[in-house]
Amino acid sequence: MQVPAPFEYERATSVDHAIALMERLGDEARVVAGGHSLIPMMKLRLAMPEYLIDINDLTEELQYIRFTEDEVRIGALTRHQQLLESDELAAVFPIFRDAEKVIADPVVRNRGTLGGSLCQADPSEDLSAVCDALNASCVIRNTGGDRVVEMHDFHRGPYETAVIEGEMLTEVRIPIRPNSSSAYHKVERRAGDWAVASAGAAVTMDGSVIADGRVGLCAVGPNLTNVQPISDALRGQAPSEELYATVGQIAADNANPATDTRGTAAYKTHLAKELTVRSLRKAVERATGQA
Amino acid sequence: MEISMNINGDDVTMEAEPRTLLVHFLRDHLGLTGTHWGCDTSNCGTCVVWVDEEPVKSCTHLAAMAGGHRVKTVEGLETADGLDPVQEGFIQCHGLQCGYCTPGMMMTARALLDKDPDPSEEVIREAISGQICRCTGYSTIIRSIQWAASKERETAVSLEGSPA
Repeated sequence: MQVPAPFEYERATSVDHAIALMERLGDEARVVAGGHSLIPMMKLRLAMPEYLIDINDLTEELQYIRFTEDEVRIGALTRHQQLLESDELAAVFPIFRDAEKVIADPVVRNRGTLGGSLCQADPSEDLSAVCDALNASCVIRNTGGDRVVEMHDFHRGPYETAVIEGEMLTEVRIPIRPNSSSAYHKVERRAGDWAVASAGAAVTMDGSVIADGRVGLCAVGPNLTNVQPISDALRGQAPSEELYATVGQIAADNANPATDTRGTAAYKTHLAKELTVRSLRKAVERATGQA
Repeated sequence: MEISMNINGDDVTMEAEPRTLLVHFLRDHLGLTGTHWGCDTSNCGTCVVWVDEEPVKSCTHLAAMAGGHRVKTVEGLETADGLDPVQEGFIQCHGLQCGYCTPGMMMTARALLDKDPDPSEEVIREAISGQICRCTGYSTIIRSIQWAASKERETAVSLEGSPA
């Protein structure tokens, strides 16, 4: 029987309350939202917090998908299921629905949250690549107020983020740009499994050329939520199969996967290339009204 | 700590450690052994119960987190009118052999039919995709859920058509 080590449980009544608790309890305190990363880690005793601060009651403050003219703001406690079901979100950022369809399974998606996924920062976790491809930024709150960190600086490496002691992620902001679209492709062994490899792409078109493109990779090595050399290669180029092949190769060159039960390093490198090509092609088709 | 919740319509208060998982709270503290404890890693889905009408994997949910909420387990499916159509469907269509996955399958099926009274086979397959059955090959489970859906639709039609 897997049971977490003993801890004390506190239920936060507001974000400020949660932050005050973390400030007081220090680095032995952890926030729990959906719990579908943290509780398994606690059951395996990989995580042994002394205090658990439950933020699930904070739906008014932390659970929303709001649209402004040039930005979407998503509360950290927004669940996978809500991200999957939002037609408005899918219309602007189809990459979210592409990814959410293949994140875990429907019952897990009822609990898991956007904030939890990003803060877990598992290199195989999908939403970090999705958010970085979309050039998102993260709002982190502490007792002094809010600070905003770009997704690329938020994700510091495997299981490491910019959130420090006494802070919590409260919101993800994603810029809405005209003539843009996005897509996500993942290969998994079976429904609900972690990715063997996956790739997400977002593009902004300027007439017939790509003004801006970003690609994030999952499960093929650390710090690949945005592959900057791909963005450099895409800028100002007209989309073509040759261009996709070129950036697919850049993805493969930057991938650094390990051979494990999900596949060999060679296979995952091949997937990084192929899934980059497919995601980019799909994103461009969508942005130019061909899909 | 003292944990209070409403389970299958009854208010319950029980002393338990904060680290107690909902599946063990239900089975060991309350004797509600209809909810099964399976893989312990949120993969198999036999421990699915509802928290506020939403299916969750109770091996990955603290009992403390369910405090103040409504929980429904497989024991709560049957009503004074008899078995839930989903339970009947599993009997009629041989939706189980060993029965290990059955409580979780039925809780997810009930939640699905409450949202979508006429789901396609694809929708049913997706709904139970986080749950594992090692006996039936899923076909009879899907048929059981379809049987329940069709029975409920017939009942709804006949109620509509009955004289006021």
